[in-house]
Amino acid sequence: MRVGANLIAGIGLSVFFLALAGVSLVWTPYDVTLLVVGDRLQPPSQAHWLGTDHFGRDILSMIMVGARTSIAVALIAVGVGVIFGVPLGLFAAAMRGSLADEIVMRGNDLVFAFPALVIAILITAIFGPGAVNAIIAIGIFNIPVFARVARGAALSVWTREFIMAARLSGKGSAHISFEHILPNIANTLIVQATIQFSLGILAEAGLAYVGLGAQPPQPSWGRMLAEAQTMIALAPHVAIIPGLTIVLMVLGLNLFGDGLRDYLDPRLRERRP
Amino acid sequence: MLAALWAIPALAQRTDIVVGLVLEPPHLDPTAGAAAAIDEVGYANIFEGLTRFGPDGAILPALARSWDISEDGLTYTFHLHEGVSFHDGTPFTANDVAFSFTRAMAEDSVNAQKGLFEPIASVEAADDLTAVVTLDYPYGNLPFNLAWGDAVIVSSQTAQTNTTSPVGTGPFRFVRWTQGDSIVIERNPDYWGEPARLERATFRFIDDPSAAFAAMMAEDVDTFPIYPAPETLAILDADPRFVAVIGSTEGETILAMNNRRAPLDNILVRQAITHAIDRQALIEGAMFGYGTPIGTHFAPHHPAYVDLTGLSAYDPDRSRALLEEAGVGPITLALALPPPPTYARRGGELIAAQLRAVGIDTRIVNMEWSQWLEQVFSGKDFDLTVISHTEPMDIEIYGREDYYFGYGAPQFQAIMEELNLSVDPDRRTELLQAAQRDIAENYVNAYLFQLAKTAIQHVDIEGLWANAPTQATDLTAVYWR
Repeated sequence: MRVGANLIAGIGLSVFFLALAGVSLVWTPYDVTLLVVGDRLQPPSQAHWLGTDHFGRDILSMIMVGARTSIAVALIAVGVGVIFGVPLGLFAAAMRGSLADEIVMRGNDLVFAFPALVIAILITAIFGPGAVNAIIAIGIFNIPVFARVARGAALSVWTREFIMAARLSGKGSAHISFEHILPNIANTLIVQATIQFSLGILAEAGLAYVGLGAQPPQPSWGRMLAEAQTMIALAPHVAIIPGLTIVLMVLGLNLFGDGLRDYLDPRLRERRP
Repeated sequence: MLAALWAIPALAQRTDIVVGLVLEPPHLDPTAGAAAAIDEVGYANIFEGLTRFGPDGAILPALARSWDISEDGLTYTFHLHEGVSFHDGTPFTANDVAFSFTRAMAEDSVNAQKGLFEPIASVEAADDLTAVVTLDYPYGNLPFNLAWGDAVIVSSQTAQTNTTSPVGTGPFRFVRWTQGDSIVIERNPDYWGEPARLERATFRFIDDPSAAFAAMMAEDVDTFPIYPAPETLAILDADPRFVAVIGSTEGETILAMNNRRAPLDNILVRQAITHAIDRQALIEGAMFGYGTPIGTHFAPHHPAYVDLTGLSAYDPDRSRALLEEAGVGPITLALALPPPPTYARRGGELIAAQLRAVGIDTRIVNMEWSQWLEQVFSGKDFDLTVISHTEPMDIEIYGREDYYFGYGAPQFQAIMEELNLSVDPDRRTELLQAAQRDIAENYVNAYLFQLAKTAIQHVDIEGLWANAPTQATDLTAVYWR
């Protein structure tokens, strides 16, 4: 079985940013809370590999710590989506066709009808900006995504013979859902989680860009981009670097998700030479 | 054919202007709102008062050509210009003066600066061209008070509709307002005084600093009297089409502290905060060098200004020692920041970092204007906030106990009381200086810098104000070379 180029590139980029975030826990080239106005807007150099921003902070250090913020927010938000969305989807699939199914899925539709970023802005506008509220906001729009995917995948599994056998042997719906259905839809859910993770990174950057994400002094890619906006004529690197970082991270996760789907999908696997 | 060509000048002088403003006014009635944007459109252009601010801050006659003060200082007699009419054709008389001031002073008045009229007991029209203002006590500064945008003369016919279609006596009259985009005014052909040289002016509202830069570069806007992005000012200035004009404003930018709330009710803590702040780094980092350090709540270009920056010089060691001495233990403070991206948001981030450096844990809370006005300014629910006070000569706010930072010490109130009663210029200077010292020595707030007026304009425009003695975009003398 061949591992696709997409998957390799995706894993490479994702691991690179994960490593960057990991290293920032123990070491960064400079302290990101250190504001040295005299050193501001320096281009990349030996001392500052990626230059400095408008407060003289080291951009590489901020990208590293910002990776941590982005990854933490996106990861927890995906976790929220999985923990609430998957059981809801499994429940709806188990109760397929009933009123309960209707209520759950129409409730999902309601949340889904709002564009994700609008929900996030709404939540942070009510509860105030901050990383925690960004997590909640992004997490909430992940719930219907996972509920739908879980229900759809579960429905097809429910018709299989071994499920019939399990039912005949007297197992309840809850048992069947978690013991037989969940392992069989895990692949689909993992691929979806990767895609949601990349959307989470983008959403976090978007929220931070409009000032609703992590608050200063905690660095965040989206806010770096927002603050660099007026500096672009003076020092283009302060905008290009965080922008490129977000693109690469999201690209990496999408390639990873796509590659993983191809890798895990048996139909696609067989077709491959 | 040739004759026809001759009739057209080779290069017609432009008679229109597009002025970029950061904020759109909520409405256009200067007698019913505190928003600076109202006066930035209407002051001296649409509306006029008895007196007015000149470009250098001097008080000039406007609708009143002169005035006499009685021996006891209790009666001002204003002699009005003849042949003045409102834009709707109604003649302007002393009755309009009486109407405007009585309306502003009334119980139910919505005037944002009712304090300006506080000394006035009554206003009467002696005849059509003579308005008599009687005071409760001698007050030397009345012509200054009446020069404010909040004290302009309105007609009783149109006072109710000035919010949407302003009618004044000025050299320009209102044409239309496209909400969210622009306001257009045009020359008033029946103006009583020297007519404006521009035929038409458009105020365009652009609050995004990047969009402001783009609008200037594309020549969609001819000038920004207060350009919102100091970081790109140098780039525009280097462009041969534009010139930057750096002047002074009445904007004292301060780190306001809630004097009512522990631990900020402790003078040692407040002093420690002032010593933790590096003004130079702040002006450089937030304003890209535009701004003058101040040590008290007073404009440095004012003759009575005293330089008290030494009282709160940057000295982090001193700051830590003072915190130790105050014995308040570890401090956590919230720093509320209104929207202006330069002095408030960037400045606030720098201040928070400087306070953290002396061990004060400072948490930034970004706010929209409505939230800031409601929670900080009216609700007084805050620890620290960064704000620019742009009203001229507003040191008296320190005498108000119910003001948001809550000072109002008796000795300061006594100084203000005496100031209001004195007409002798030397004594007034002494009192103003005593007031400046009092608020600096008591470390009421941390005084940061005077906002600079960073204007960018097309090189061929003449006659715009270099300084901002009040919030205004006076277009009366503006023309294209």
